Amino acid sequence: MATKVATQFEPKITAFVCNWCTYAGADLTGTSRTKYQSNVRVIRLPCTGRVDFMLIQKAFARGSDGIIVSGCHPNDCHYTSGNYHARRRWMVFTELMNFIGADMRRITFSWVSAAEGAKWAALVDEVTNTVRELGPYTEYQRLIDAGVA
Amino acid sequence: MSRVGVFVCHCGENIGSTVDCPEVAERCKQMPGVVHAEDYKYLCSNPGQNKIKQAIKDHQLEGVVVAACSPRMHEPTFRRAVTDAGMNAYLCEVANLREHCSWVHEEADSTTEKAVDLVRLQLEKVKRNKPLQPIEVPITKTALVIGGGVAGIQAALDIADSGHKVILVERSPALGGHMAQLSETFPTLDCSQCILTPRMVDVSRHPNITLMTYSEVEHLDGFIGNFKATIRKRARKIDEELCTGCGECLQKCPSKDISDGFNEGLTTRRAIYVPFTQAVPNIPVIDVENCRHYQKKKCDRCVKACPTKAISFNQQDELIHVDVGAIVVATGYKVMSTEKFPEYGYGTYPDVITGLQFERYASASGPTQGVIKRPSDGKEPETVVFIACSGSRDAAKGVKYCSKICCMYTAKHAMLLKHKNHNSKAYVFYMDIRAAGKNYDEFVRRAIEEDGVKYIRGRVSRVYEEDGKLVVKGADTLLGGRPVEIKADLVVLATASLPNDGQSELARKLHVGCDEYGFLAEAHPKLKPVETNTAGIYLAGACQSPRDIPETVAQASAAAAKVAALLSRSHLTREPIVAEVNRRPAPLHSDCTGCFLCESACPYRAIGQEEILDRDGIVIKTIAKINPGLCQGCGTCVATCRTKAIDLHGFSNEQIFAEIMSL
Repeated sequence: MATKVATQFEPKITAFVCNWCTYAGADLTGTSRTKYQSNVRVIRLPCTGRVDFMLIQKAFARGSDGIIVSGCHPNDCHYTSGNYHARRRWMVFTELMNFIGADMRRITFSWVSAAEGAKWAALVDEVTNTVRELGPYTEYQRLIDAGVA
Repeated sequence: MSRVGVFVCHCGENIGSTVDCPEVAERCKQMPGVVHAEDYKYLCSNPGQNKIKQAIKDHQLEGVVVAACSPRMHEPTFRRAVTDAGMNAYLCEVANLREHCSWVHEEADSTTEKAVDLVRLQLEKVKRNKPLQPIEVPITKTALVIGGGVAGIQAALDIADSGHKVILVERSPALGGHMAQLSETFPTLDCSQCILTPRMVDVSRHPNITLMTYSEVEHLDGFIGNFKATIRKRARKIDEELCTGCGECLQKCPSKDISDGFNEGLTTRRAIYVPFTQAVPNIPVIDVENCRHYQKKKCDRCVKACPTKAISFNQQDELIHVDVGAIVVATGYKVMSTEKFPEYGYGTYPDVITGLQFERYASASGPTQGVIKRPSDGKEPETVVFIACSGSRDAAKGVKYCSKICCMYTAKHAMLLKHKNHNSKAYVFYMDIRAAGKNYDEFVRRAIEEDGVKYIRGRVSRVYEEDGKLVVKGADTLLGGRPVEIKADLVVLATASLPNDGQSELARKLHVGCDEYGFLAEAHPKLKPVETNTAGIYLAGACQSPRDIPETVAQASAAAAKVAALLSRSHLTREPIVAEVNRRPAPLHSDCTGCFLCESACPYRAIGQEEILDRDGIVIKTIAKINPGLCQGCGTCVATCRTKAIDLHGFSNEQIFAEIMSL
């Protein structure tokens, strides 16, 4: 058993979450003792509007295999409209990533409210499983070497 | 910064049972920049905090990472602790080992590994933290109260009595709101005007209150403690200084047949009018839409009649700018019109009226001096049917919610009818009787038992005219749905209370939320019932949801207490998590190129423009400038900025990239 676990690929997942909804939602997952896989590392930001997509690129460059960006649901933003800016930017960013040939299955954009502890656990598990299936993200390094990313 | 202390909390068993806390502390000691690391059972306890304070002194720490529960829980606790030890509060970061690690994962090496990573993230961040000072914002010690009904009156008086200035803005020409229209109030049957008019006079005489009637809030900028409101003072066409309120002009006006809003359309008024006799202020207003002068008919009878030359046809609307520190919104409600009910005749039967119209008939100041008559022929009705829940609790035809006051005022109406005309018959169709409140249920019982009001539990399917009577067809569900037919002289609909006209526009101007019906939304339904999500703006009365007078007055006083507490402080302290545009030496001055994308992205209109001048005062460059008083620290501008000229204190690019690089 132990050897099997050791050989299984464990992806590195980096999550960029807003302080008011998703971070609080993940806190709720904790207080409800809902279990999920431990691959995720959360970076707390005030708002998804703060997510500069350079952050995502840097995370990939540092060897993250999967990325989660999550904030308040539309209309629920603590800062009224930060998440709308994040969503608009996300549309453009998606185009860019497709253009350079990055694998979009490795980036997940989601809304998790402060009341959705279970959704956070499900989200992390789903992303972790998907990325584990995809294997290590080595192509990104090749994109960097080729000078496109 | 290279002298960081790491403190790992076991939280009893909460973290310790799944994460190897001594191991985490041991691993942290190896990390660059860490000069001290230790673990402890309960860091939030007094001895735990003392350990942190002691270590700061012993090791001359320049930064602290506490690996414990969520920062949303104890970040303030630990920041206070480091402050006690002489360290800047913002040099302390919290790694969330409990909610984000030990509680959600099984005991395993990978869990401890994650814990180490979470500490490392915060360590890399804290090394780049800068000492920040809380922002102190001055407070304008004036409150703005919007709405001059009983809620606004109460709030204004309470705030004014606490020694602060108040500007009370009322849209209509006079104070009083709906309460001034009412006859007698449940459950005590005391006369509404008798208890309200003295308070209206108090408002007009209070040295701390500036009363602005016939005025509306046009625009609002700013933030808690420092709002800037623009108020449109509509032209009354009367010079308020000169007018003595003698009323000579009122009788001379030839435009007569205008529906009187104060009497709910039951009577007419003239184009120059005072809404009601006891109006405060007792100054007429000219209704421009109906005045002959403005229809180019050369009428100046009121001008000739006025002994003080107070009438001024050329008077224009004024825009008045005021600075206020807090705002109470008390804009009230309106009632659904009878036109909304096809089964009750779509408003075509004159003798199907709303509860508010019935109030006017029952009121001593009303069109009939308190004698209950019916609109069609002015006769006193013998049989009156009251239909409760007209539009309320009826998602298909009206609104889903309960309008709350109808059960009580319907009982009151029926009672008043019986008191005024002993031979009359009163029937009430109802769904449930909701009479929760001090002496409320007793009041309804009195109507039924002492005054002989007939209560029929059931709905009315149809009302139609026949031989000068209104035939009301309904069912008595307590008798198995037996059909009931009553030939009535008057039908009174307890129509639903609705959000007032213009309320959603006002909400947008104030940046205050609405609920699904359009009532203004409180910040928390239980714990913050008078606050809104915009700091410094409070709610009172029926603008939030339907409510009766005692509840409205209580809420108005609660809002006033909140305002008084705010205005009694010398300044406000805010988190220094704000964005800033960088500055560089000349000739660059700043990385900002002046594209102002940030300006349009900012949800708080906190970004303006700043001109950089040379020695001769000539503009060299225009760059963005962020007002730290308005900035709430969301960081949207940071991500929007093309040249990375903006950074967010506490969540700087350097800090976040350092976190990512540590992974």
